[in-house]
Amino acid sequence: MLLPYSWLKEYVNVSIPAEELKDKLFSCGFEVEELTYLGKDVEGVYTGKIVKCEKHPDADRLTVCGVDCGGRGMKQIVTAATNVFEGAIVPIALDGATVKHEGGVQKIKTGKLRGVTSEGMFCSGEELGINDDFYEGAEVNGILILDGDTPLGADIRPIVGIDDYLFDIAVTANRPDCMSIFGLAREVAAVCKLPLKAPETSYGCAKTDVKVTVEVKEPKLCPRYIGHYVKDVKIGKSPRFLRRRLALMGLRSVSNIVDITNYVLLEMGQPMHAFDRKFLHGDRIIVRCAEEGEKITTLDEKEFTLRPDNLLICDGERPVALAGVMGGLNSEIKEDTYEVFFEAASFARDSVRKTSRSLGQRSDSSARFEKGVDPLYTPEIGMARALHLVQELGCGTPTDYGADVFSVPMTKKVVRTSYAALDRVLGIHVPKEEVNGILGRLFFEIDEKGEEFSAVVPLWRDDVDGFPDLAEEVIRMYGYEHIVPTFLERATVTHGGRTPAQAQEQKAKKALQHEGFMEACNYSFYSPKDFDLLRLPADAPERRAIKILNPIGEDLSVMRTTLVPSMLQNIVRNVRRGNYEGRLFELANVYLCEATELKELPEERKHLVLGLWGEGDFFDLKGAVEALAEAFDVRISFEKGTRPYLHPGVTAVVKMGEKEVGVLGELHPEIANGLALERKAYLAELDYAALSRKFAKDITYRGLPKFERVQRDLAVVVGEEITCAQVTECILHACKAVTKAELFDVYRGKQLGEGKKSMALRLTFECADSPLSPETVEKFFGKIVGNLQHNLSAELR
Amino acid sequence: MEEDLDLLQEATQEAEAAEDSHSLYEVKMKFLGRTGKVTALLKGMKELAQEARPAFGKKVNALREALEEKFAALEEKIKAKELQKKLKSEDVDVTMPGRKHREGTLHPVTRVKDQLIDLFAGMGFEVFEGPEIESDYYNFTALNTPADHPARDMQDTFYLTEKFLLRTQTSAGQIRVMEKKKPPIKILSPGRVFRSDDDATHSPMFHQMEGLVVDRHITLCDLQGMLDEFAKKMFSETSKTRLRPSYFPFTEPSVEVDVSCASCGGKGCPLCKGTGWIEVLGAGMVNRKVLENCGVDPDEYSGFAFGMGIERIAMLKYGINNIKLLTENDVRFLEQFKD
Repeated sequence: MLLPYSWLKEYVNVSIPAEELKDKLFSCGFEVEELTYLGKDVEGVYTGKIVKCEKHPDADRLTVCGVDCGGRGMKQIVTAATNVFEGAIVPIALDGATVKHEGGVQKIKTGKLRGVTSEGMFCSGEELGINDDFYEGAEVNGILILDGDTPLGADIRPIVGIDDYLFDIAVTANRPDCMSIFGLAREVAAVCKLPLKAPETSYGCAKTDVKVTVEVKEPKLCPRYIGHYVKDVKIGKSPRFLRRRLALMGLRSVSNIVDITNYVLLEMGQPMHAFDRKFLHGDRIIVRCAEEGEKITTLDEKEFTLRPDNLLICDGERPVALAGVMGGLNSEIKEDTYEVFFEAASFARDSVRKTSRSLGQRSDSSARFEKGVDPLYTPEIGMARALHLVQELGCGTPTDYGADVFSVPMTKKVVRTSYAALDRVLGIHVPKEEVNGILGRLFFEIDEKGEEFSAVVPLWRDDVDGFPDLAEEVIRMYGYEHIVPTFLERATVTHGGRTPAQAQEQKAKKALQHEGFMEACNYSFYSPKDFDLLRLPADAPERRAIKILNPIGEDLSVMRTTLVPSMLQNIVRNVRRGNYEGRLFELANVYLCEATELKELPEERKHLVLGLWGEGDFFDLKGAVEALAEAFDVRISFEKGTRPYLHPGVTAVVKMGEKEVGVLGELHPEIANGLALERKAYLAELDYAALSRKFAKDITYRGLPKFERVQRDLAVVVGEEITCAQVTECILHACKAVTKAELFDVYRGKQLGEGKKSMALRLTFECADSPLSPETVEKFFGKIVGNLQHNLSAELR
Repeated sequence: MEEDLDLLQEATQEAEAAEDSHSLYEVKMKFLGRTGKVTALLKGMKELAQEARPAFGKKVNALREALEEKFAALEEKIKAKELQKKLKSEDVDVTMPGRKHREGTLHPVTRVKDQLIDLFAGMGFEVFEGPEIESDYYNFTALNTPADHPARDMQDTFYLTEKFLLRTQTSAGQIRVMEKKKPPIKILSPGRVFRSDDDATHSPMFHQMEGLVVDRHITLCDLQGMLDEFAKKMFSETSKTRLRPSYFPFTEPSVEVDVSCASCGGKGCPLCKGTGWIEVLGAGMVNRKVLENCGVDPDEYSGFAFGMGIERIAMLKYGINNIKLLTENDVRFLEQFKD
């Protein structure tokens, strides 16, 4: 909400510097987002009277003027402007002055134009940053000609209305009453402890026989409708003070009657509309919902086809306004309008918002209604103010005919509480007199009964319901600096901390961090095209993703069902930025549901995705997965598997018992190629939720074996088709004393023959009850070799 | 006897010619081994006359001792030489890069989240994580924000259906906790939240940390006391907090909480835009209607709640100037957040 300091001063006699007022507003809950001095670019510009105009001796298009700048002396100005004349009073930027120029600031210096000295420059309205509404004539092509009675040598800024500060205030959603100049003035008066001068709302009434009957068919959507008939209307221009104020707020003047409606909206926060009564057929106003397909053309000549949830203002025959949004073209104020029916209503904020959004039609009025206009106070005061202004401006005669239809009880809210209750919320004692004073200044009517009191809530304060609201009113005016920090002095001691699952998550991340992985964080949604990138078939369960109804864009429109696409995008982005190698992981939810149309909350399931590229291979990634499992003492196994997005020969599924809990492998070379990934990338996705269910809860100590272990290396030549798992399993099966059989080398060479490989394993023998003699180990070794020969046709190398 | 002398000379010559310990050993075996020449001498003794044997034996033994001594000396010399050679061959270029284990990193948001959890856990807060997909009821209605409430305009919500949405605030978790747990309650609710906002300073997904305390005799002073503690631990020992009025539908009174700028100590700098204060979180006394919605008697209990954006805290703490960096996952960015 914009607040010009000059306008504010009409209601509060506040004279502190603008910066200080900004701090005061801030302290009571109104943050000034921007404070602008309107004249900041216009410096050193004064008024002067042209007393002499002569042609430039060497330039046909230049004029040399002698200017009387009052106390600043006589100046000589050379100008190219053609609208200057002897006797004209004009703004002059003297040596060292600044003016606005093409969106920036221009510095003016004394100089010579074709050999003739010019001690400055005459200014146009544009150079002062003003339009006709600030000062008539500001938009002419040439120099701004000032009124004949303008004093000479005076600073131009107050004269053209730019010696002013504009506060841009963030008003919180609970304070629609402060979406007006007068509403903010109330707060300023309260925080500065100054009296508030209310705007004049009195007006005289002329008799009339005209009656425009008002019927509200939708009292819920229109809790109040006030109408008033004004006759003898003379459409014309508004006076300078009014036009200037509209201009300060960024509005253009239209005509006196229309300007009054806009003025009241800004000043009192009441959106108003003026109908040309002549066009109100049947002298009737009916507030009703539109019929399906009904049409209206608004003031800006746009036609809308309506739906039954659009609220309309109709006359006896047809729609004449889109309620709260904009008037109809058929009843607008024209130059020859001679009688007006004013509307000041309260429309339900939701209804206006829906209509405005669905039709894409916004206005200052709809913006105001969307914040909420109280039905009891604002329409009444708004109408009175408008009628007063009609009379003051002499542009019409208010009559004694007014309609007022309301469906809300005309009662004031009362909060009954005690001073102690407020103290209990705040934790400090605020003296009774302070409480009474503050609430009084905010127009609460206080009735004190000892330690208790009742407060009648002002009609415009819809937000105040109970004593905590009063506590807030008190402390924001009393000052938050009075709060004395305490540390739960009277509260119960509680035990805090992470749940076991949360602690495990932290540990899992640490384990991956230790494997060299960096934690990534991606959005929870991505593009449905990401499923195509993974070449998932049409019926893949991953494609059953929950859709966002109103996504930012198609790219962020479905909830993740797998984390792989995000990780893949991370790898691609990194490689494109020249990060040729890296390791990333993300632990986050996927969102799973049976049908994509949600009937209940979907399952949010923690998944873990790993990505590795540039350096390292499948077994580095596998090592990380194994390390994670080991950190939690979980037994997992790996089997050859397939995924459409992984290399068919370099893919494994991860199993925990019989349950599949994940997959890992090399990104399919075709996909890698398509993404211009030159180095190999590896991906793993684990069902963390399933895995974590088997996480060891605690550490249980196992006794150390009494006898030392014996290690022996074994190298066997086997066929290419024999897997490491087969060899290991065969060894472990052959001899119970082998506790570990770890592959440490695979060798292929000519001397082994085509289709053969040599596998070297390190075997660890352990025996709980007796020491292992070299002879025993030799015996075991022989048995193992025998089994390998028999089962896998392996030969000892 | 001539033979004896010959052997000594022959063995010495051959031994001295040996280049390494292996050939020296072979020479030694040739003379002193089981089938060696000196051993053969002893074996050949039985061929001698009985009376000649002791003298001969003595001489052979002397020869043997002399040879053993000789070999031992040579062995020592050769071993020393060989060690030198071995050491020389193992010489390394110590300026070559070391082989190190590359530790990964945790995301800055995780780091700050963990730090916050540790901090508040120490004050008795339990951690509760609510669902990221929420019903309209938990996200809005129960938090005193019914359907046509103006505060709904404050946040742009992603809807999945008319009833379900992506939570816009971790405050939704408050209700779930209060429905199940009776006071005293002290919970911390971290997690992802979503708003339909995507520009230079907003991400459609970010993280919040919500704190809630409900007990008897809780006041605004307690709120500030706890936040002071938070500011000191999270920013600097000299950090202070400032409350100023604000509005949230689920708290009354509501406050915006500023922390004194740690960068300039409150004197005013570009980071705090010259004000000396940095807006860090929103808070307030839990609205009575919210307590009632959860079956907690507002006449008996009161409480406060606070909520902060974890990204914001992380950005302040680490001096990150662009929120987008936090979801780009550029390893050059992530690798800076080492333990």
